[in-house]
Amino acid sequence: MTTYTATVTVRLKRGVLDPEAETTKRALERLGFELDALRFTERYEVDLDAADADEAEARADEMAERLLANPTIHDYEVAVAEA
Amino acid sequence: MIAVVQFGGSNCDRDAVRALSDLGFEAERVWHEDPLPEETTGIVLPGGFSYGDYLRGGAMAARSPIMKSVREAAEDGVPVLGVCNGAQIGCESGLTPGAFTTNASARFQCEHVYLRVENADTRWTAAYEEGEVIELPIAHGEGRFELDAERYEELEADDRILFRYCDEDGNVTDEANPNGSLGNVAGVLGDSESVAVLMPHPERASLPQLGNTDGRGVLAGFEG
Repeated sequence: MTTYTATVTVRLKRGVLDPEAETTKRALERLGFELDALRFTERYEVDLDAADADEAEARADEMAERLLANPTIHDYEVAVAEA
Repeated sequence: MIAVVQFGGSNCDRDAVRALSDLGFEAERVWHEDPLPEETTGIVLPGGFSYGDYLRGGAMAARSPIMKSVREAAEDGVPVLGVCNGAQIGCESGLTPGAFTTNASARFQCEHVYLRVENADTRWTAAYEEGEVIELPIAHGEGRFELDAERYEELEADDRILFRYCDEDGNVTDEANPNGSLGNVAGVLGDSESVAVLMPHPERASLPQLGNTDGRGVLAGFEG
């Protein structure tokens, strides 16, 4: 068994309004920054033991599918590296 | 007996029991770690902040063990009503379509809203006329209904939208939409008519002493 860190990145699907990001963007603009757009993502780092990277990725993928992301509004991606 | 499921962080469970009792129903709170009583004839997923709204409103409660029993009961035709946080739990658990997410204002909104009854041919809306305008309170930070365009069209075609936010005269407008919900949707049916969720609080507008009883009709849906 090897210890891996699976990084799960969850973001809103394109086109889904993100009021928190919009508010943050406006706050940055008030501070004088110029920007076109700003997006939030949520990143989860999961440490787990697995036989190989594929198994670690499959397990993290299922975690995203079943809890970390809501497929109605989110896309997600999983990246795995040895811890 | 109507089981009002109490999660850690639920805070409208007592209100629901009181309003249902006033309507003549036998209703009891059931702690989410306890089994659903065998004599359960209806289920309320009440409002509140289950699990502190961690991750997303309703996300944790939707995956708690009692929800398996709730899903099975729903499949057996037991009526299930999700209100506010309970509506988020309903959507997160797949009992009802769509998602209730962060208000367009990015603020918690606590106010009275008008709702137009879209489909009066369900147990939850039979007390109203189609097109009737009712007034209910809302209190949520994550109430913006979202669904992809294709499934939203199906939802409309199947007449599964129960209520839309509207103005006092029943006009469904952007100005009358408190949270940016797609299509001003405030409440929807699940796959079967026996399951419904809505963000506004019928249980807070059911006791005559409170001056507004517009919500009684929704709770009366447990009569079938």
